[in-house]
Amino acid sequence: MSGSIPLLNHEQILLTIKRIAREVIENHDFSNDSVLIGLQPRGVLFGQKIRDEIQAITGKNVQYGELDITFYRDDFRTRDMPLEPSSTKIDFSIQDKKVVMVDDVLYTGRSVRAALDALLDFGRPSQVEFMVLVDRRFSRHLPIQADYVGKSVDSIESERVSVNWTEKDFQVNLYTPKV
Amino acid sequence: MSLSTSHLLGIKDLTPQDIELIFATADNFKEVLNRPIKKVPSLRDITIANLFFENSTRTKLSFELAEKRLSADTLNFAASGSSVKKGESLIDTVNNILSMKVDMVVIRHSEPGVPKFLSERVNSVIINAGDGAHEHPTQALLDAYSIREKFGEVKGKKVLIAGDILHSRVALSNILCLKKLGAEIMLCGPATLIPKHIHELGVLIENDIDKALAWCDVANVLRIQFERQDDKYFPSLREYHQHFGVTKKRLDALDKPIVIMHPGPINRGVELSSDVADSDQAIILQQVENGVAIRMAVLYLLASKIKK
Repeated sequence: MSGSIPLLNHEQILLTIKRIAREVIENHDFSNDSVLIGLQPRGVLFGQKIRDEIQAITGKNVQYGELDITFYRDDFRTRDMPLEPSSTKIDFSIQDKKVVMVDDVLYTGRSVRAALDALLDFGRPSQVEFMVLVDRRFSRHLPIQADYVGKSVDSIESERVSVNWTEKDFQVNLYTPKV
Repeated sequence: MSLSTSHLLGIKDLTPQDIELIFATADNFKEVLNRPIKKVPSLRDITIANLFFENSTRTKLSFELAEKRLSADTLNFAASGSSVKKGESLIDTVNNILSMKVDMVVIRHSEPGVPKFLSERVNSVIINAGDGAHEHPTQALLDAYSIREKFGEVKGKKVLIAGDILHSRVALSNILCLKKLGAEIMLCGPATLIPKHIHELGVLIENDIDKALAWCDVANVLRIQFERQDDKYFPSLREYHQHFGVTKKRLDALDKPIVIMHPGPINRGVELSSDVADSDQAIILQQVENGVAIRMAVLYLLASKIKK
């Protein structure tokens, strides 16, 4: 059997963004000592939506950066193709700031491990938290958990969670390969 | 995307897509080099030997820095003060070094073809850091990258390569690289220092430096290579400077400002006058800065071909 199961549709994702943005501002003042960092390449679109939502709620500017983790990954050279890097844009200091990292899917936790390494090369944050749109539970290779979760799903290794962002349409689907 | 070759022996083996991939990767490393901590852990399980059988300042330091910024382990070898002086053959020297479990070799040698020779005989990734008067691929890549950075793209740009073309590996690699990227190329120098059949590569040839400077957007001024001048190719350095030296006066006579490049080391007062070398038109030091990013990109992309 193969096919795709919709996990979140456009409206549900908009609701999730609204909910999760309110959750994070309970703990953080993004106009003061907290900053938002989207992880390249697929976390930045979700990160931008969260930034826009927080700015709409608080009416204050959010310090937002984008971090590429390609050079910090541990699967370099175990892949057939070299990993293609994206750009990093962090034009502020993260020293002693509270950092919220944002990504689309949390699966094995290896990307987050690499992101922590990459982040520390920019300074020493006072605290780091992690926000994710979809958490694939029970599939971690490392002891890493998200602080803010859009939706948790139970999936097996052969399945794939795909997040599609276009300007007008957002969708999250779970693909099951042929058995 | 992945490079089409597993060694960097010369620009000749690269496709335009390879060159674009190296440039795109170098853009990312340039950003890394401007961070507070200018180091990434990508190559921490890779060992690289830098074998310099010929003198070098910039290239050697640039490769070494690029390797360290990528967290690779490095071995440095200089022919002077080594067993090469006792008569050890090249292949023996290299095999001995490789038996210390080295993954990549950066090699400079005065004999053209040495990197290719090694790539066919030893089991390691070979990177050519200059072989005789043949090729110097990373220099050509960083030159083209600097032009791309200055103008946005290389395609359609008019590039003058002036000076000692005959003995220059930089000239040949530059011609091949810029051609692949769609630039127009003119060579200028004394007729004795322009190789006979070089026009077959599709380049223009001009013996008047003033006409050549008026034609170009960028002038890459090459060094007169004293160490390779066994015969007399021109009467004196003073005469060379008068006829072919790029001076402030010559540049002021042009109707537009052009960009001046030089691969170093500069013979001040010979091919380039000091006031030009230190002027705002010269991007010589930016070339050196870009060299580290380009070499990081080359090492990173070639290392991804090594399977563990």
